[in-house]
Amino acid sequence: MRHLLSAGDLSRDEALLILDTARELAQVSGRSVKKLPTLRGRTVVNLFYEDSTRTRISFEAAAKRMSADVINFSAKGSSVSKGESLKDTALTLQAMGADGVVIRHSSSGAARRLAGWVDGAVLNAGDGTHEHPTQALLDAYTMRERMGRLEGLRVAIVGDILHSRVARSNVLLLSTLGAEVTLVAPPTLLPVSVGAWPCAVSYDLDEVLPKSDVVMMLRVQAERMQAAFFPSAREYSRRYGLDRDRFARLPDDAIVMHPGPMIRGMEISAEVADSPRSTITEQVTNGVSVRMAVLYLLLGGSESAIGN
Amino acid sequence: MRARNHAEGGEQAAAPPSRADSDGARAVLEGPEIDRALTRIAHEVLERTKGGTDITLLGIPTRGVPLARRLARRIEQVENRSVPWGSLDITMYRDDLRLAPARALGRTEIPAEGIDGRVVVLVDDVLFSGRTVRAALDALNDIGRPRAVQLATLVDRGHRELPIRADYVGKNLPTSLRESVTVLLEELDGSDAVLLGPARPRGGQPIEEEKR
Amino acid sequence: MSQTTTYLLRGARLLGGHPTDLLLRDGVVAAVGAGLDAGDARVVDAEGLIALPGLVDLHTHLREPGREDAETVASGARAAAMGGYTAVHAMANTDPVADTAGVVEQVWRLGRDAGYCDVQPVGAVTQNLDGAHLAELGAMADSIAGVRVFSDDGKCVSDALLMRRALEYVKAFDGVIAQHAQEPRLTEHAQMNEGVVSDRLGLAGWPAVAEEAIIARDCLLAEHVGSRLHICHVSTKGSVQIIRWAKSRGCDVTAEVTPHHLLLTDDLAESYDPIYKVNPPLRTAEDVRALREGLADGTIDCVATDHAPHPIEAKETEWSNAAMGMIGLETALSVVQHAMVDTGLLDWAGVAERMSAAPARIGRLGGHGRPLAVGEPANVTLYDADATREVDPTAMVSKSANTPYRGMRLPGRVVATFLRGVPTVLDGKIQ
Repeated sequence: MRHLLSAGDLSRDEALLILDTARELAQVSGRSVKKLPTLRGRTVVNLFYEDSTRTRISFEAAAKRMSADVINFSAKGSSVSKGESLKDTALTLQAMGADGVVIRHSSSGAARRLAGWVDGAVLNAGDGTHEHPTQALLDAYTMRERMGRLEGLRVAIVGDILHSRVARSNVLLLSTLGAEVTLVAPPTLLPVSVGAWPCAVSYDLDEVLPKSDVVMMLRVQAERMQAAFFPSAREYSRRYGLDRDRFARLPDDAIVMHPGPMIRGMEISAEVADSPRSTITEQVTNGVSVRMAVLYLLLGGSESAIGN
Repeated sequence: MRARNHAEGGEQAAAPPSRADSDGARAVLEGPEIDRALTRIAHEVLERTKGGTDITLLGIPTRGVPLARRLARRIEQVENRSVPWGSLDITMYRDDLRLAPARALGRTEIPAEGIDGRVVVLVDDVLFSGRTVRAALDALNDIGRPRAVQLATLVDRGHRELPIRADYVGKNLPTSLRESVTVLLEELDGSDAVLLGPARPRGGQPIEEEKR
Repeated sequence: MSQTTTYLLRGARLLGGHPTDLLLRDGVVAAVGAGLDAGDARVVDAEGLIALPGLVDLHTHLREPGREDAETVASGARAAAMGGYTAVHAMANTDPVADTAGVVEQVWRLGRDAGYCDVQPVGAVTQNLDGAHLAELGAMADSIAGVRVFSDDGKCVSDALLMRRALEYVKAFDGVIAQHAQEPRLTEHAQMNEGVVSDRLGLAGWPAVAEEAIIARDCLLAEHVGSRLHICHVSTKGSVQIIRWAKSRGCDVTAEVTPHHLLLTDDLAESYDPIYKVNPPLRTAEDVRALREGLADGTIDCVATDHAPHPIEAKETEWSNAAMGMIGLETALSVVQHAMVDTGLLDWAGVAERMSAAPARIGRLGGHGRPLAVGEPANVTLYDADATREVDPTAMVSKSANTPYRGMRLPGRVVATFLRGVPTVLDGKIQ
């Protein structure tokens, strides 16, 4: 069984197959019967060790639209909170005959570990500060639908790159798909070896904005301030927040993305978030289609068509 | 062979076979005969649907789609009005999904009129076991409620495994299970032909499936 | 295994040199030379085997008291004997911490009762490893255990003033502070070496500078107060350079490197298998090269295992929840052969110096690390350098199985270990 653990595992053809499949599947949500029989009899477990209602609901909707049986297993109030290890939980899922396990976990690499303990396909729905491949896929899908292409698209990813699984997955996927990524952040919020990543780096948002087709704003958590990554929310916002003035510096057809949940007023101003050029709600809609595509390609056939 | 495979349960979107397949295939229908067969089907559709005012043609990818487009054009030429046509991918409704790796999807494009209350004519290249049509009926059911569903096929090669028959047939072609039927179409393959050749297992594909 | 048995080791290659015979009687080497008369001695065929002075480990975690599920003094001592060791220093981070004469004497006694090797307790520098209050170092030094090495290993003595005082204080009884060099603020939540791999894996980085800054500071401190300083498990190229520089200035500093830091690199973390999680973390290939060179040229004085047993559940988990450390007693000599001898960086005399003589000198263990000469203690390891073996965690004598060499083919095999003339291992089997 193959898994989707890292966006970097996807070849260009595989990534495009997912995006093309997602486009077909997007039609399902516009039909009277929003359901396909494809995964009938398959069991998908949502194993969520972190609270993330939006991601869990998105995966749940995707699996249910494909007629899979969905079991939600959240860490809170379960044997997990009583100290059961990930491995023991994995063995439980194994005994239940899970064909696919969607895992969200606060530890980097948890999905990879789980993949070593279960026979089913493991789908990484966010592991620590490592990766969140389906988020990157839905971001790429959104860009492609809005801008009509990915090849050569200039994408700025702004914010806490260091702790962002969304940024890691996006850099890997977008470079596979031929987009030109520029990471923008204060140096404290960039990994030390970022120079080895397949992207450009800038500390100056104002310089990058006029040369961007897409600006992706990442959430900046307040606790980073306590750890001296930047002096104050006000200073961060002044240097790296996307307000109306900065928004005006973008090319006219550029779009603004945010993986959510966002902090209005910190990294993004309310009027930018609500602008028609903001794709924030589209990203949520597209998330279901992309996750349907991934579930179908991983679980629909005798063997997975994607992942490793 | 490859087209048949696609239509009836094999690999999808394979490279178009060349006319001079080295597997000893021979042409049983050439371009002009295919033309005549489609023209005849167009007239039959008009007759059977009493002028075809409420018909919608849906081709089943891959080779059913250009056939549906050609039929629509012929009917338009006869009736001098436009006929809604589109495509209906049945991949997600197949009963053999788990016998092969997950496949890429074909396109589903339902004309703006939708299918509720209309006479839907499904169009495919080869009718064989009937399983594709079964899947197509399920897919239609999730999209809407047609007044009636009919089936047009360029070639009926027999060996049905389900209680399904075609309403319009270009050519009945009695075949052995040891044979394969390949449909070539100008739009996809550069020229029109129906080839009959020996079946041979393809890489990684179960023999049982070949024979279905 | 009677005390009175005499052993004749026939045809052993002394430090890898020409074959000779060694007669072990009454706990000492009674004779050395070709064609010795066996008399009533039991003859051990040592044809082709290398004879080394019994190995000495400066850095072993035996887990007792407190975590007897992972290792006990007895099980750890047996594992040490299997690895060719005749003496190990038991680190202080047990539960309770070895920070009083009572605890060190208990560990010492447990080692003596087990009898497989000499277990020399290390005393904690600070009470309960709190990094704030000096433990009763003198009392531990004066106890039967005769502690000479003091370390808060697992934690860094990060307070510069406290480190200065500790360095000064142990001069009174010829002690040494063995520093676990890890600047705590720079390594908060740290999971693995900071660099390309950690950035890709999203695991919090453990920068080399966190080790190097402490080593530089402590070398300067030791030089200033004229004290002995020992650096535990050096893991970076920068550390080697700083220690080389400090030694050139005349600073009385010694250093150890672990077998795993001589062989393994941080890219192993790509599997997210915490079997590779260790403190200090595995570093880059460039660091490994520098460590090997440092060990070869004497900048690094010795190899110490940092044998750190953990129960299965501490490793069969997510990386960030897993315990740090790997076992190493039973594989150390093989790894050193692979990394240093087979690469031509060190000969067997060099191995004897770095795995026996130097650690014994640093730990002030008079009865160990001596040359294999007449009248010296009969602590001998017989090693078959031509053997190869696939490392099987389930076959470990240690109570724990967290070896990073699982499934690897390593050269060499310890055939016999003698502690004061008594075989603790014979024919590769624990006695």
